[in-house]
Amino acid sequence: MSDHQAEIETRRTPGRLARAWDSDLAYSFRHAPVAMVSAAVVLILVLSALLAPWIAPYDPFDPGSLNLMNGFTPPGQPNAFTQETFVLGTDDQGRDVFSTILFGMRISLFVGFSAVLLAMVIGVVLGLLAGYLGGWVESVIMRVADIQLTFPAILVAMLIFGIAKGITPPAYRDQMAIWVLILAIGLSDWVQFARVVRGATLVEKSRDYVQAARLVGRRPFSIMIRHILPNVLNPVLVIATISLALAIIAEATLSFLGVGAPPTKPSLGTLIRIGQGFMFSGEWWILLFPALTLLALALSINLLGDWLRDALNPRLR
Amino acid sequence: MTKHMLLAATALTLTLGAAQAETLRWARSGDALTLDPHAQNEGPTLALMHQMMEPLVLRNPAGELEAALATDWSVSPDNPDVWTFTLREGVKFHDGADFTAEDVVFSINRALTENSDMKGIISSVASVEATGDHEVQITTKGPNPLLPAALPNILMIDKDWAEANDTVDVQDVEGGEETFASQNVNGTGPYQLVSREADVKTEMTVFDGYWGADGFAMGYSDIVYTPIQNPSTRMAALFSGEVDFIQDVPVQDLQRIESDPNLKIVSSPQNRVIFFGLNVGDTLVNGEGENPLADPAVREAMNMAINRDAIQQVVMRGQSIPAGVIMPPFVNGWNEELNTVPEGGVEAAKAKLEEAGWGDGFTVQLDCPNDRYINDEAICQAAVGMMAQIGVTVNLNAQPKAQHFPLVNGLESDFYMLGWGVPSYDSEYIFNFLYHTKEDLYGTWNGTRYSNPELDEMIKAIAAEVDLDKRDAMIAEMWEMAKSDTVYLPIHHQVLNWAMKSGVGAAVDADDQVKVKYFTAE
Repeated sequence: MSDHQAEIETRRTPGRLARAWDSDLAYSFRHAPVAMVSAAVVLILVLSALLAPWIAPYDPFDPGSLNLMNGFTPPGQPNAFTQETFVLGTDDQGRDVFSTILFGMRISLFVGFSAVLLAMVIGVVLGLLAGYLGGWVESVIMRVADIQLTFPAILVAMLIFGIAKGITPPAYRDQMAIWVLILAIGLSDWVQFARVVRGATLVEKSRDYVQAARLVGRRPFSIMIRHILPNVLNPVLVIATISLALAIIAEATLSFLGVGAPPTKPSLGTLIRIGQGFMFSGEWWILLFPALTLLALALSINLLGDWLRDALNPRLR
Repeated sequence: MTKHMLLAATALTLTLGAAQAETLRWARSGDALTLDPHAQNEGPTLALMHQMMEPLVLRNPAGELEAALATDWSVSPDNPDVWTFTLREGVKFHDGADFTAEDVVFSINRALTENSDMKGIISSVASVEATGDHEVQITTKGPNPLLPAALPNILMIDKDWAEANDTVDVQDVEGGEETFASQNVNGTGPYQLVSREADVKTEMTVFDGYWGADGFAMGYSDIVYTPIQNPSTRMAALFSGEVDFIQDVPVQDLQRIESDPNLKIVSSPQNRVIFFGLNVGDTLVNGEGENPLADPAVREAMNMAINRDAIQQVVMRGQSIPAGVIMPPFVNGWNEELNTVPEGGVEAAKAKLEEAGWGDGFTVQLDCPNDRYINDEAICQAAVGMMAQIGVTVNLNAQPKAQHFPLVNGLESDFYMLGWGVPSYDSEYIFNFLYHTKEDLYGTWNGTRYSNPELDEMIKAIAAEVDLDKRDAMIAEMWEMAKSDTVYLPIHHQVLNWAMKSGVGAAVDADDQVKVKYFTAE
């Protein structure tokens, strides 16, 4: 009996992985080629960024290792002075473009993830509070959100960046630049999260299970965290994914404008800014490769976000 | 077909209209820092002001001294300290007031006041006196045969206008002050101010009452000056025809401009040397502990570490001449030997640093402008790498010149980039501003805290030396002293390129000083 029964048992309670594979989400994923390709691209890019110190042939952030004479080497061709060859060429300082893209992507992704995390935490907390508590709390939070929405996010980020740069002592500016970027982008992006969470909270608040929890005597804080939060997470996930793409682009924009990552530690945006100066003179590779990488990264994350939105929305299924 | 005819008709109208009204749309990387003629001794600032205000003696594009507001000048046969300047008659200011001797006395005295950035140029002046409606006498502290050569950047403004508008005092730029004179102009120059929005646009139109209206080319009736910091945006503006004339041409784009039949380039070796200054004082501004830069051996090691050939070939694409001394090749006192660049390279520099006791390296901040000199930021970035190779960690702080220069003037930098042109074409100008101890009249651009009493004494002595051979010998000795102390790390002499539409007849000027009155328009 035991063997047979065991077999039935395993069939009845499949493993976690198998359960995930059988879930609606995975089913929809398996039937969305765009999502699969996007996920693959994101995975490759994220992995290569994470493994940059091992994959990249050079360390572009170590100024001592640069040889200026390698500057402007075209991709795949030997440099006229040093005879060294670089897969994607070099920039104006003799930095290997391929290595710089890998390392730059680390900055872009790190800033993107951290900024979205920051925006998400602020937005979700404020949204929950506004939606559940209502009254003047809601008014204050949502009016602040409305006011911030009237400014373009990039402008708010620049403002925050400018103030933060002003109050940091110059000696620490380089090290602080990345954190300031995260703060600037994170603070400029929480509004979306707050609005969506508030809306979802308002709906959930009137549901029976929340009423029941209230009757049992649960405190508001615990109701928000244990009952409402898990049920409003779906839209938050979708926004987070799309925000990630936007945050990466925001970082690139700020760096492109010269207010983001320092030129000695270039992110994708900084690289594009550098490359843009050599557009007319025929050194296209400094601009093109970082721009393509940024495009691939932002586009695939966006497509993933789109798919996630559709997949999580029961009405679209 | 119709389109072509329309184009032809438009072209015809444009050509016909050329004689009456022609606008020169002029762009360069940065704006003038002020319009107060005595507040900033800085190239682009003076270049803009020269369209609207004039000195007694002008340096024309050929580099010669030319009579401007003074028609004649001579030193008194009895007393070598006294100069008499005869002023041009019938000259009007833009507001219609007459230009007289009292305006000259006022302007020169203004240029000698505390806040003035021009006082170092005319530090030899003891007093100015009006000896007639159109005659002034300038008394120097000792004989100064080179006084006229010091005057081309001392611009004249109207005394009554300054008094009426409460702008007698020179603007305090480092203190962030704005005054009436920093935003308005009443000069005698060929063009008068129409409107100005700092860092955005300055418009000027020809001044009808200009005394030299018939004497100069005066090809343009209007000037629109637009600073465009980003090099490729500046180039795009020229390629698309949005502007007619640009300075600070990015070196990477020279070839493309040359191959464009509608555009042309004029070039000339420039009267400007680019270098780094080092804080040689006891303490660092940004950082703690002992200042490694106070040790001449450390400075020498840093000087060796700079690979000038690489900067010339890669960053400047050949458009520069490596420098071993902070003196442009035009200047009296120049010789090839002084310009020898330090030898040794990375290994020797490292050994030198080790010997000085800084083998483990140190950290220092490099302050750099990003809208002033050709490829300024790229050069600074390259320097970060070169310093890293000898173990010196450099934090780069690149920012617009409006924020950068106050750091240099205010002794708030340990390691900074600066460029220097010598409008008087004499070494004295360099010593006065860059080597003399920073004090009232002297050393106003010496951001290094360098102070050498022996050199200071000689700086004052050459100002009064009438025997030119003896003076030249003293200058040579001073350069030896200055070079051996390695207060500055010379990088290169700039080569000047102006790009423009082929119809613009620009009179190129080694000082990079645009004077539109000499321009012709086709």
